Amino acid sequence: MRDLSEEQVHRYARHIILPEVGGEGQRRLMDSKVLVVGAGGLGSPVALYLAAAGVGTLGLVDDDLVELTNLQRQILHGTSDIGRPKVESGRDTIAHVNPEVEVRTHLVRLGSGNAMDILAGYDLVVDGSDNFPTRYLANDAARMGGLPLVTGAIFQFEGQVTVFDPRVDVSPCYRCLFPNPPPPGSVPNCAQAGVFGVLAGVVGCIQATEAIKVLTGIGRPLVGSLLLYDALEMSFTKVRVVRDERCPLCGPEPSITSLIDYEHFCGVNT
Amino acid sequence: MSIQVRIPTVLRKHTGDQATVQASGTTLAQVIDDIDARHPGFRAAVVSEDGALHRFINVYVNDEDVRFLESLQTPLKDGDTVSVLPAVAGG
Repeated sequence: MRDLSEEQVHRYARHIILPEVGGEGQRRLMDSKVLVVGAGGLGSPVALYLAAAGVGTLGLVDDDLVELTNLQRQILHGTSDIGRPKVESGRDTIAHVNPEVEVRTHLVRLGSGNAMDILAGYDLVVDGSDNFPTRYLANDAARMGGLPLVTGAIFQFEGQVTVFDPRVDVSPCYRCLFPNPPPPGSVPNCAQAGVFGVLAGVVGCIQATEAIKVLTGIGRPLVGSLLLYDALEMSFTKVRVVRDERCPLCGPEPSITSLIDYEHFCGVNT
Repeated sequence: MSIQVRIPTVLRKHTGDQATVQASGTTLAQVIDDIDARHPGFRAAVVSEDGALHRFINVYVNDEDVRFLESLQTPLKDGDTVSVLPAVAGG
């Protein structure tokens, strides 16, 4: 582990003084490499808070360009970034927040052909993607790579967050929680149905919280629990997520042993 | 028998925009039928044509996923809370 410089001791003083984090926890964050899938509504607060916390390396994977309609919630990007790749805009914003963070930009769509290579360089994955094919792919790749996955999803006024950690024996995976994606056309996306902008902030900040807890080994992460947030009711509810013995990915007799491109499986173009 | 059923945003069009509805029944299937009697179309939103719960919608009794209990035949008692939870993908 690296030593903290005098400037780093100051920059991270409010974390270091917390007994649960301390200098050791801070060094763990600085030695960590986190991949953020999607540099949008969820990926923005995740990347900003992980950068501020001093996570050593942040990877951003997204093939989208910044659009005006993104700016209501995607706080990594500003008006002058319209038309730029989100990963480049995100890299610049992160550099402004904390120039110590190494940012790796992956200007691609996560797919079966590149997912294992991209994930290989990281310690933890945060999924803030905006479509089911990427969610199943991120889950499968993280599970196969043995990496913890902090997943969050939002729709209109509601959000869901949970943690899958293959290093924990009882940990379920996304397929234990939702064995099948919805049929195409049955669920509207955010562009069709709208999304409450600050919802992305709340859910993304909970994802960042869980990522920091997992990286530093403090508290009880949401492994085996799904947190549900309803902004209109201002309610937080937790339900249990059980590892499914019939799971085709993480069950005792897996039928999924390699990555699949789910565009075809889900039948949607996102 | 009074069961509180929490309805997610995406399904509130089937419950007159209500976030929670009260229903009666001693099994999950009866509660779904009870809601469907007042809000036609609700059952089809959570139960597929083969008579099982849709695989992309989870239903919890209190905090337990009914897939790991007795699915639609899961017994309910007065005061239980049923939560309907669709998979969502927005980010």
